[in-house]
Amino acid sequence: MKYAYFPGCSLKSSGRAFEESMLKLFAHLEIELEELDDWNCCGATAYMSVDETSAAALAARNLALAEKMALPLAVPCAGCYGVLRKSAHLQKDYPAIQKQVKDGLTAIGLSYTGAQEIKHPLQILAQDLGPKAMRSKVKKPLKGLKVACYYGCKLVRPEAPFDNQHDPQTMETLLKGVGARVVDFPMKTACCGGSLTGTIPDVGLELSWAILHDAHRREADVIATACPLCQFNLECYQEDIQEKHPDLKPIPVVYFTQLMGIAMGLSPEDMALHRQVVPLTPILQEKGILDSGAAKKSPPRQEHDA
Amino acid sequence: MNAIQREIRYESDRDPAFADAIRKMPGCEAIDRCIQCATCSGICPVASYMDITPRRIIELTRSGFKDDVLKSNTIWICASCYACQVECPKEIGISDVMMALKTKAIAEGTYPKGMPIPILAQEFHDMVSQTGRVSESKLVQKLYLKTNPFKMFGLRRLGMKLMKTGRMSLKGESMKRPESLQRMLQAARIKK
Repeated sequence: MKYAYFPGCSLKSSGRAFEESMLKLFAHLEIELEELDDWNCCGATAYMSVDETSAAALAARNLALAEKMALPLAVPCAGCYGVLRKSAHLQKDYPAIQKQVKDGLTAIGLSYTGAQEIKHPLQILAQDLGPKAMRSKVKKPLKGLKVACYYGCKLVRPEAPFDNQHDPQTMETLLKGVGARVVDFPMKTACCGGSLTGTIPDVGLELSWAILHDAHRREADVIATACPLCQFNLECYQEDIQEKHPDLKPIPVVYFTQLMGIAMGLSPEDMALHRQVVPLTPILQEKGILDSGAAKKSPPRQEHDA
Repeated sequence: MNAIQREIRYESDRDPAFADAIRKMPGCEAIDRCIQCATCSGICPVASYMDITPRRIIELTRSGFKDDVLKSNTIWICASCYACQVECPKEIGISDVMMALKTKAIAEGTYPKGMPIPILAQEFHDMVSQTGRVSESKLVQKLYLKTNPFKMFGLRRLGMKLMKTGRMSLKGESMKRPESLQRMLQAARIKK
Protein backbone atom coordinates (compact mmCIF):
# COMPACT_ATOMS: atom_id res chain seq x y z
CA MET A 1 0.00 0.00 0.00
CA LYS A 2 1.32 3.38 -0.96
CA TYR A 3 -0.01 6.93 -0.63
CA ALA A 4 1.08 10.41 -1.51
CA TYR A 5 1.32 12.40 1.72
CA PHE A 6 0.35 16.00 2.47
CA PRO A 7 1.49 16.92 6.02
CA GLY A 8 0.32 20.56 6.18
CA CYS A 9 1.95 23.27 8.29
CA SER A 10 0.74 22.18 11.75
CA LEU A 11 2.22 18.69 11.48
CA LYS A 12 5.65 20.30 11.11
CA SER A 13 5.34 22.40 14.28
CA SER A 14 2.78 22.26 17.11
CA GLY A 15 1.32 19.02 15.72
CA ARG A 16 4.65 17.23 15.27
CA ALA A 17 3.58 14.34 17.45
CA PHE A 18 0.89 13.48 14.90
CA GLU A 19 3.37 13.26 12.04
CA GLU A 20 6.04 11.45 14.05
CA SER A 21 3.68 8.83 15.45
CA MET A 22 1.86 8.32 12.16
CA LEU A 23 5.05 7.85 10.12
CA LYS A 24 6.34 5.25 12.58
CA LEU A 25 2.98 3.50 12.85
CA PHE A 26 2.45 3.38 9.09
CA ALA A 27 5.99 2.10 8.49
CA HIS A 28 5.33 -0.62 11.08
CA LEU A 29 2.13 -1.57 9.22
CA GLU A 30 3.99 -1.48 5.90
CA ILE A 31 1.98 1.43 4.54
CA GLU A 32 4.23 3.64 2.47
CA LEU A 33 3.85 7.43 2.49
CA GLU A 34 5.62 9.69 0.03
CA GLU A 35 5.58 13.37 0.93
CA LEU A 36 4.52 15.77 -1.86
CA ASP A 37 7.54 17.61 -3.19
CA ASP A 38 7.60 21.23 -2.00
CA TRP A 39 3.93 21.30 -0.99
CA ASN A 40 2.28 24.54 0.12
CA CYS A 41 -0.31 25.59 2.71
CA CYS A 42 -3.67 23.95 1.96
CA GLY A 43 -5.41 27.32 1.62
CA ALA A 44 -6.82 27.20 5.16
CA THR A 45 -10.06 28.87 6.27
CA ALA A 46 -8.20 32.03 7.29
CA TYR A 47 -6.76 32.37 3.79
CA MET A 48 -10.07 31.46 2.20
CA SER A 49 -11.85 34.25 4.04
CA VAL A 50 -9.59 36.78 2.30
CA ASP A 51 -9.60 35.33 -1.21
CA GLU A 52 -11.51 32.18 -2.00
CA THR A 53 -10.27 31.70 -5.56
CA SER A 54 -6.61 31.97 -4.57
CA ALA A 55 -7.25 29.56 -1.70
CA ALA A 56 -8.71 27.10 -4.19
CA ALA A 57 -5.57 27.53 -6.30
CA LEU A 58 -3.34 26.81 -3.29
CA ALA A 59 -5.24 23.59 -2.64
CA ALA A 60 -5.25 22.71 -6.33
CA ARG A 61 -1.46 22.93 -6.54
CA ASN A 62 -1.17 20.25 -3.86
CA LEU A 63 -3.82 18.12 -5.53
CA ALA A 64 -2.06 18.49 -8.88
CA LEU A 65 1.22 17.34 -7.31
CA ALA A 66 -0.54 14.26 -5.93
CA GLU A 67 -2.25 13.56 -9.22
CA LYS A 68 1.14 13.56 -10.94
CA MET A 69 2.20 10.77 -8.58
CA ALA A 70 -0.93 8.76 -9.45
CA LEU A 71 -1.48 7.84 -5.79
CA PRO A 72 -4.33 8.52 -3.36
CA LEU A 73 -3.45 11.43 -1.07
CA ALA A 74 -3.19 10.92 2.70
CA VAL A 75 -4.10 14.08 4.67
CA PRO A 76 -3.89 13.73 8.46
CA CYS A 77 -4.76 17.31 9.44
CA ALA A 78 -8.55 17.46 9.54
CA GLY A 79 -8.41 21.17 8.68
CA CYS A 80 -6.35 20.56 5.53
CA TYR A 81 -8.53 17.55 4.73
CA GLY A 82 -11.65 19.75 4.80
CA VAL A 83 -10.06 22.58 2.82
CA LEU A 84 -8.62 20.32 0.09
CA ARG A 85 -12.00 18.66 -0.33
CA LYS A 86 -13.81 21.99 -0.33
CA SER A 87 -11.63 23.47 -3.03
CA ALA A 88 -12.01 20.35 -5.15
CA HIS A 89 -15.79 20.99 -4.90
CA LEU A 90 -15.39 24.67 -5.70
CA GLN A 91 -13.54 23.82 -8.89
CA LYS A 92 -16.09 21.22 -9.89
CA ASP A 93 -19.17 23.36 -9.22
CA TYR A 94 -17.96 26.82 -10.24
CA PRO A 95 -16.56 27.09 -13.78
CA ALA A 96 -15.31 30.63 -13.14
CA ILE A 97 -13.16 29.44 -10.22
CA GLN A 98 -12.05 26.40 -12.18
CA LYS A 99 -10.93 28.62 -15.04
CA GLN A 100 -8.86 30.89 -12.79
CA VAL A 101 -7.31 27.98 -10.94
CA LYS A 102 -6.46 26.34 -14.23
CA ASP A 103 -4.76 29.52 -15.45
CA GLY A 104 -2.70 29.59 -12.27
CA LEU A 105 -1.64 25.96 -12.51
CA THR A 106 -0.84 26.27 -16.22
CA ALA A 107 1.50 29.18 -15.45
CA ILE A 108 3.70 26.80 -13.44
CA GLY A 109 3.35 23.79 -15.71
CA LEU A 110 0.81 21.85 -13.62
CA SER A 111 -2.65 20.55 -14.34
CA TYR A 112 -5.45 19.05 -12.30
CA THR A 113 -8.29 16.90 -13.64
CA GLY A 114 -10.36 16.89 -10.44
CA ALA A 115 -10.20 13.17 -9.80
CA GLN A 116 -7.68 13.09 -6.95
CA GLU A 117 -8.69 10.84 -4.06
CA ILE A 118 -8.22 12.42 -0.62
CA LYS A 119 -8.05 10.17 2.44
CA HIS A 120 -7.65 10.68 6.16
CA PRO A 121 -5.40 8.20 8.02
CA LEU A 122 -8.46 7.01 9.98
CA GLN A 123 -9.98 5.93 6.71
CA ILE A 124 -6.74 4.34 5.49
CA LEU A 125 -6.34 2.22 8.63
CA ALA A 126 -9.99 1.28 9.10
CA GLN A 127 -11.05 0.74 5.50
CA ASP A 128 -8.02 0.28 3.24
CA LEU A 129 -5.98 -1.80 5.66
CA GLY A 130 -8.75 -3.04 7.94
CA PRO A 131 -8.66 -3.97 11.64
CA LYS A 132 -8.00 -7.64 10.86
CA ALA A 133 -4.59 -6.88 9.38
CA MET A 134 -3.63 -5.13 12.60
CA ARG A 135 -4.85 -7.72 15.07
CA SER A 136 -1.77 -9.93 14.90
CA LYS A 137 0.47 -6.92 15.50
CA VAL A 138 -0.99 -5.93 18.87
CA LYS A 139 1.75 -6.47 21.46
CA LYS A 140 0.56 -4.33 24.35
CA PRO A 141 -3.24 -4.25 24.28
CA LEU A 142 -4.57 -1.05 25.85
CA LYS A 143 -6.39 -3.06 28.52
CA GLY A 144 -8.37 -0.97 30.96
CA LEU A 145 -7.61 2.30 29.20
CA LYS A 146 -10.81 4.30 28.81
CA VAL A 147 -10.69 6.46 25.72
CA ALA A 148 -13.01 9.24 24.58
CA CYS A 149 -12.78 9.40 20.78
CA TYR A 150 -13.05 12.96 19.52
CA TYR A 151 -13.47 13.79 15.82
CA GLY A 152 -14.18 17.51 15.78
CA CYS A 153 -15.81 19.21 12.79
CA LYS A 154 -14.00 18.77 9.56
CA LEU A 155 -13.95 14.98 9.30
CA VAL A 156 -17.73 14.78 9.43
CA ARG A 157 -18.94 18.17 8.18
CA PRO A 158 -20.08 19.48 5.75
CA GLU A 159 -19.89 15.92 4.48
CA ALA A 160 -18.87 12.75 6.26
CA PRO A 161 -16.96 10.93 3.52
CA PHE A 162 -16.15 7.79 5.45
CA ASP A 163 -18.35 7.60 8.52
CA ASN A 164 -21.66 8.49 10.15
CA GLN A 165 -22.05 12.24 10.38
CA HIS A 166 -23.53 12.41 13.88
CA ASP A 167 -22.03 9.35 15.50
CA PRO A 168 -18.80 8.40 13.73
CA GLN A 169 -17.28 5.11 14.87
CA THR A 170 -14.06 4.67 12.88
CA MET A 171 -11.75 5.68 15.72
CA GLU A 172 -13.70 3.56 18.20
CA THR A 173 -13.37 0.51 15.96
CA LEU A 174 -9.63 1.02 15.59
CA LEU A 175 -8.97 1.59 19.28
CA LYS A 176 -11.24 -1.24 20.42
CA GLY A 177 -9.28 -3.38 17.99
CA VAL A 178 -6.12 -2.70 19.99
CA GLY A 179 -7.75 -3.45 23.32
CA ALA A 180 -8.91 -0.05 24.57
CA ARG A 181 -12.28 0.57 26.17
CA VAL A 182 -14.13 3.43 24.52
CA VAL A 183 -16.61 5.56 26.43
CA ASP A 184 -19.84 6.92 25.00
CA PHE A 185 -18.99 10.44 23.95
CA PRO A 186 -21.78 12.56 22.47
CA MET A 187 -19.44 15.56 22.29
CA LYS A 188 -17.30 13.73 19.73
CA THR A 189 -18.26 16.02 16.85
CA ALA A 190 -18.70 19.25 18.83
CA CYS A 191 -16.56 22.22 17.83
CA CYS A 192 -13.31 22.63 19.84
CA GLY A 193 -13.30 26.37 19.21
CA GLY A 194 -10.92 26.31 16.26
CA SER A 195 -8.81 29.45 16.18
CA LEU A 196 -11.19 31.22 18.59
CA THR A 197 -9.17 29.85 21.52
CA GLY A 198 -6.42 32.27 20.47
CA THR A 199 -8.45 35.14 19.02
CA ILE A 200 -11.52 35.32 21.30
CA PRO A 201 -10.57 33.09 24.25
CA ASP A 202 -13.75 33.93 26.17
CA VAL A 203 -15.64 32.02 23.50
CA GLY A 204 -13.09 29.48 22.28
CA LEU A 205 -11.98 28.17 25.67
CA GLU A 206 -15.57 27.59 26.73
CA LEU A 207 -16.08 25.28 23.76
CA SER A 208 -12.95 23.32 24.60
CA TRP A 209 -14.03 23.18 28.24
CA ALA A 210 -17.39 21.62 27.37
CA ILE A 211 -15.60 18.77 25.59
CA LEU A 212 -13.03 18.20 28.36
CA HIS A 213 -15.73 18.38 31.01
CA ASP A 214 -17.82 15.76 29.27
CA ALA A 215 -14.83 13.44 28.85
CA HIS A 216 -14.29 13.68 32.63
CA ARG A 217 -17.92 13.05 33.39
CA ARG A 218 -17.68 9.87 31.37
CA GLU A 219 -14.56 8.88 33.28
CA ALA A 220 -12.27 8.79 30.27
CA ASP A 221 -8.54 8.41 31.01
CA VAL A 222 -7.54 10.06 27.77
CA ILE A 223 -9.04 11.84 24.76
CA ALA A 224 -8.00 10.59 21.32
CA THR A 225 -8.03 13.10 18.46
CA ALA A 226 -7.43 13.11 14.71
CA CYS A 227 -6.71 16.80 14.11
CA PRO A 228 -3.75 18.96 15.17
CA LEU A 229 -5.88 22.00 16.01
CA CYS A 230 -8.32 19.99 18.14
CA GLN A 231 -5.41 18.32 19.91
CA PHE A 232 -3.74 21.67 20.57
CA ASN A 233 -6.88 23.36 21.85
CA LEU A 234 -7.92 20.52 24.11
CA GLU A 235 -4.47 19.87 25.57
CA CYS A 236 -2.48 23.08 25.67
CA TYR A 237 -5.12 25.44 27.08
CA GLN A 238 -6.16 23.30 30.05
CA GLU A 239 -4.40 25.62 32.53
CA ASP A 240 -6.08 28.65 30.98
CA ILE A 241 -9.44 26.92 31.17
CA GLN A 242 -8.84 26.12 34.84
CA GLU A 243 -8.75 29.84 35.62
CA LYS A 244 -12.47 29.94 34.90
CA HIS A 245 -13.24 26.31 35.73
CA PRO A 246 -10.96 25.44 38.66
CA ASP A 247 -12.61 22.04 39.10
CA LEU A 248 -11.32 20.83 35.70
CA LYS A 249 -8.76 18.09 36.27
CA PRO A 250 -5.97 17.67 33.70
CA ILE A 251 -6.65 14.98 31.11
CA PRO A 252 -4.18 13.87 28.44
CA VAL A 253 -5.19 14.50 24.84
CA VAL A 254 -3.31 12.49 22.22
CA TYR A 255 -3.52 11.48 18.58
CA PHE A 256 -5.17 8.13 17.88
CA THR A 257 -1.97 7.11 16.06
CA GLN A 258 0.01 7.42 19.31
CA LEU A 259 -2.32 5.03 21.13
CA MET A 260 -2.29 2.55 18.27
CA GLY A 261 1.49 2.59 18.08
CA ILE A 262 1.87 1.99 21.82
CA ALA A 263 -0.50 -0.97 21.51
CA MET A 264 1.66 -2.37 18.74
CA GLY A 265 4.69 -2.27 20.95
CA LEU A 266 6.33 0.81 19.46
CA SER A 267 8.30 2.87 21.97
CA PRO A 268 6.89 5.91 23.79
CA GLU A 269 9.68 7.96 22.16
CA ASP A 270 8.67 6.79 18.68
CA MET A 271 5.08 7.66 19.56
CA ALA A 272 6.27 11.15 20.58
CA LEU A 273 4.77 10.92 24.06
CA HIS A 274 7.49 13.32 25.26
CA ARG A 275 5.70 16.04 23.33
CA GLN A 276 2.69 15.89 25.65
CA VAL A 277 2.00 18.94 27.78
CA VAL A 278 -0.34 16.78 29.88
CA PRO A 279 1.57 13.50 30.11
CA LEU A 280 0.02 10.18 29.17
CA THR A 281 2.87 7.91 30.29
CA PRO A 282 1.92 7.77 34.03
CA ILE A 283 -1.56 6.54 33.13
CA LEU A 284 -0.18 3.87 30.78
CA GLN A 285 2.15 2.74 33.56
CA GLU A 286 -0.64 2.70 36.10
CA LYS A 287 -2.68 0.46 33.81
CA GLY A 288 0.31 -1.81 33.30
CA ILE A 289 0.45 -1.10 29.56
CA LEU A 290 3.93 0.40 29.82
CA ASP A 291 6.57 -0.81 32.25
CA SER A 292 6.98 1.50 35.15
CA GLY A 293 9.92 3.72 34.19
CA ALA A 294 11.32 3.65 37.74
CA ALA A 295 13.28 0.46 37.10
CA LYS A 296 15.11 1.95 34.15
CA LYS A 297 15.90 5.29 35.71
CA SER A 298 18.68 5.62 38.25
CA PRO A 299 17.36 4.62 41.66
CA PRO A 300 16.11 7.47 43.84
CA ARG A 301 18.81 8.93 46.02
CA GLN A 302 18.79 7.50 49.53
CA GLU A 303 18.86 9.80 52.48
CA HIS A 304 21.88 9.02 54.59
CA ASP A 305 21.41 8.71 58.27
CA ALA A 306 23.32 11.37 60.10
CA MET B 1 -26.34 56.61 30.00
CA ASN B 2 -26.49 54.11 27.19
CA ALA B 3 -26.21 55.36 23.65
CA ILE B 4 -29.61 55.89 22.08
CA GLN B 5 -30.06 53.45 19.24
CA ARG B 6 -32.66 53.29 16.56
CA GLU B 7 -34.25 49.85 16.47
CA ILE B 8 -36.44 50.30 13.42
CA ARG B 9 -35.06 49.42 9.99
CA TYR B 10 -36.33 51.42 7.04
CA GLU B 11 -36.65 50.49 3.42
CA SER B 12 -34.02 53.12 2.63
CA ASP B 13 -31.46 51.21 4.74
CA ARG B 14 -31.57 48.33 2.31
CA ASP B 15 -28.91 47.72 -0.29
CA PRO B 16 -30.33 45.16 -2.73
CA ALA B 17 -27.05 45.12 -4.68
CA PHE B 18 -25.31 43.76 -1.58
CA ALA B 19 -27.84 40.92 -1.31
CA ASP B 20 -27.34 40.11 -4.98
CA ALA B 21 -23.57 40.14 -4.64
CA ILE B 22 -23.77 37.64 -1.77
CA ARG B 23 -26.23 35.43 -3.69
CA LYS B 24 -23.59 35.12 -6.41
CA MET B 25 -20.86 33.94 -4.05
CA PRO B 26 -20.06 30.21 -3.86
CA GLY B 27 -22.42 28.33 -1.55
CA CYS B 28 -24.74 31.32 -1.02
CA GLU B 29 -27.15 30.70 -3.90
CA ALA B 30 -29.89 29.21 -1.73
CA ILE B 31 -30.43 31.98 0.86
CA ASP B 32 -33.86 32.74 -0.56
CA ARG B 33 -35.04 29.27 0.42
CA CYS B 34 -34.67 30.13 4.12
CA ILE B 35 -37.92 29.63 6.08
CA GLN B 36 -36.55 31.28 9.24
CA CYS B 37 -36.95 28.13 11.30
CA ALA B 38 -33.83 28.96 13.37
CA THR B 39 -32.46 25.44 13.43
CA CYS B 40 -29.12 27.12 12.69
CA SER B 41 -29.33 29.42 15.70
CA GLY B 42 -30.42 26.52 17.87
CA ILE B 43 -27.55 24.24 16.96
CA CYS B 44 -24.81 26.88 16.74
CA PRO B 45 -22.44 26.34 19.69
CA VAL B 46 -21.57 30.04 19.83
CA ALA B 47 -24.92 31.69 19.02
CA SER B 48 -25.17 32.95 22.59
CA TYR B 49 -22.11 35.13 22.05
CA MET B 50 -23.34 36.64 18.78
CA ASP B 51 -24.98 40.05 18.51
CA ILE B 52 -27.11 38.80 15.58
CA THR B 53 -28.03 35.11 15.52
CA PRO B 54 -27.42 33.07 12.33
CA ARG B 55 -31.12 32.99 11.44
CA ARG B 56 -31.27 36.79 11.56
CA ILE B 57 -28.01 37.10 9.60
CA ILE B 58 -29.58 35.14 6.73
CA GLU B 59 -32.71 37.32 6.76
CA LEU B 60 -30.78 40.61 7.02
CA THR B 61 -28.42 39.50 4.26
CA ARG B 62 -31.07 38.59 1.74
CA SER B 63 -33.01 41.73 2.59
CA GLY B 64 -29.91 43.80 1.89
CA PHE B 65 -29.18 45.24 5.34
CA LYS B 66 -25.52 45.45 4.55
CA ASP B 67 -24.34 47.59 7.46
CA ASP B 68 -25.99 45.48 10.14
CA VAL B 69 -24.52 42.31 8.71
CA LEU B 70 -20.99 43.44 7.93
CA LYS B 71 -20.55 45.22 11.25
CA SER B 72 -21.87 42.38 13.36
CA ASN B 73 -19.55 40.28 15.51
CA THR B 74 -21.44 37.18 14.36
CA ILE B 75 -19.47 36.55 11.20
CA TRP B 76 -16.22 36.57 13.23
CA ILE B 77 -17.47 34.48 16.11
CA CYS B 78 -18.57 31.80 13.63
CA ALA B 79 -15.88 29.10 13.84
CA SER B 80 -16.93 27.49 10.52
CA CYS B 81 -17.83 24.24 12.27
CA TYR B 82 -20.65 23.58 9.79
CA ALA B 83 -23.08 22.37 12.48
CA CYS B 84 -25.80 24.69 11.11
CA GLN B 85 -25.17 23.81 7.50
CA VAL B 86 -25.65 20.07 7.91
CA GLU B 87 -28.88 20.50 9.91
CA CYS B 88 -30.52 23.15 7.71
CA PRO B 89 -33.78 21.62 6.42
CA LYS B 90 -33.56 23.79 3.31
CA GLU B 91 -29.93 22.85 2.68
CA ILE B 92 -28.64 26.38 2.74
CA GLY B 93 -24.86 26.78 2.89
CA ILE B 94 -24.98 28.85 6.08
CA SER B 95 -21.28 28.45 6.91
CA ASP B 96 -20.50 29.39 3.33
CA VAL B 97 -22.65 32.51 3.69
CA MET B 98 -20.69 33.42 6.83
CA MET B 99 -17.46 32.91 4.87
CA ALA B 100 -18.72 35.12 2.02
CA LEU B 101 -19.66 37.82 4.54
CA LYS B 102 -16.19 37.62 6.10
CA THR B 103 -14.63 38.08 2.68
CA LYS B 104 -16.86 41.11 2.01
CA ALA B 105 -16.15 42.67 5.40
CA ILE B 106 -12.38 42.21 4.96
CA ALA B 107 -12.48 43.65 1.44
CA GLU B 108 -14.46 46.68 2.62
CA GLY B 109 -12.74 47.04 5.99
CA THR B 110 -16.05 47.07 7.86
CA TYR B 111 -15.22 44.74 10.72
CA PRO B 112 -15.74 45.79 14.36
CA LYS B 113 -12.82 47.67 15.88
CA GLY B 114 -10.47 45.51 17.90
CA MET B 115 -11.68 42.28 16.28
CA PRO B 116 -8.48 40.22 15.88
CA ILE B 117 -9.80 37.62 13.41
CA PRO B 118 -9.84 39.68 10.20
CA ILE B 119 -6.34 40.91 11.06
CA LEU B 120 -5.20 37.33 11.61
CA ALA B 121 -6.77 36.33 8.30
CA GLN B 122 -4.91 39.06 6.41
CA GLU B 123 -1.59 38.28 8.09
CA PHE B 124 -2.13 34.59 7.35
CA HIS B 125 -2.97 35.37 3.74
CA ASP B 126 0.10 37.56 3.24
CA MET B 127 2.45 35.06 4.91
CA VAL B 128 1.23 32.12 2.85
CA SER B 129 1.21 34.10 -0.39
CA GLN B 130 4.85 35.02 0.29
CA THR B 131 6.37 31.82 1.65
CA GLY B 132 3.80 29.14 0.83
CA ARG B 133 3.69 27.99 4.45
CA VAL B 134 2.49 29.14 7.87
CA SER B 135 5.03 29.88 10.58
CA GLU B 136 2.84 29.53 13.65
CA SER B 137 4.96 31.49 16.14
CA LYS B 138 5.59 34.36 13.69
CA LEU B 139 1.90 34.57 12.90
CA VAL B 140 0.95 34.80 16.57
CA GLN B 141 3.60 37.49 17.17
CA LYS B 142 2.36 39.57 14.25
CA LEU B 143 -1.24 39.22 15.35
CA TYR B 144 -0.62 40.41 18.90
CA LEU B 145 1.70 43.23 17.89
CA LYS B 146 -1.10 44.56 15.73
CA THR B 147 -3.99 43.96 18.10
CA ASN B 148 -2.94 43.70 21.72
CA PRO B 149 0.81 43.77 22.46
CA PHE B 150 0.16 43.36 26.20
CA LYS B 151 -1.37 39.99 25.59
CA MET B 152 2.01 38.69 24.44
CA PHE B 153 3.02 38.36 28.09
CA GLY B 154 0.00 36.21 28.76
CA LEU B 155 1.23 33.85 26.07
CA ARG B 156 4.51 33.20 27.85
CA ARG B 157 3.15 30.21 29.73
CA LEU B 158 1.87 28.57 26.56
CA GLY B 159 5.09 29.39 24.72
CA MET B 160 7.18 27.78 27.47
CA LYS B 161 5.16 24.58 27.30
CA LEU B 162 5.54 24.39 23.55
CA MET B 163 9.28 25.11 23.70
CA LYS B 164 9.78 22.44 26.34
CA THR B 165 8.02 19.81 24.27
CA GLY B 166 9.72 20.87 21.03
CA ARG B 167 6.48 21.99 19.45
CA MET B 168 7.41 25.55 18.65
CA SER B 169 9.94 26.63 16.12
CA LEU B 170 11.16 30.21 16.02
CA LYS B 171 12.59 29.93 12.55
CA GLY B 172 10.31 30.91 9.69
CA GLU B 173 8.85 28.11 7.59
CA SER B 174 8.99 28.37 3.83
CA MET B 175 8.65 26.33 0.69
CA LYS B 176 11.87 25.58 -1.17
CA ARG B 177 10.64 27.45 -4.22
CA PRO B 178 7.99 29.98 -3.14
CA GLU B 179 8.51 31.93 -6.39
CA SER B 180 6.65 29.24 -8.28
CA LEU B 181 3.68 29.59 -5.93
CA GLN B 182 3.72 33.36 -6.27
CA ARG B 183 3.66 32.99 -10.05
CA MET B 184 0.68 30.66 -9.81
CA LEU B 185 -1.27 33.01 -7.52
CA GLN B 186 -0.58 35.94 -9.79
CA ALA B 187 -1.88 34.07 -12.82
CA ALA B 188 -4.93 32.76 -10.93
CA ARG B 189 -5.94 36.24 -9.75
CA ILE B 190 -6.40 37.64 -13.23
CA LYS B 191 -10.05 37.36 -14.24
CA LYS B 192 -10.31 36.87 -17.95
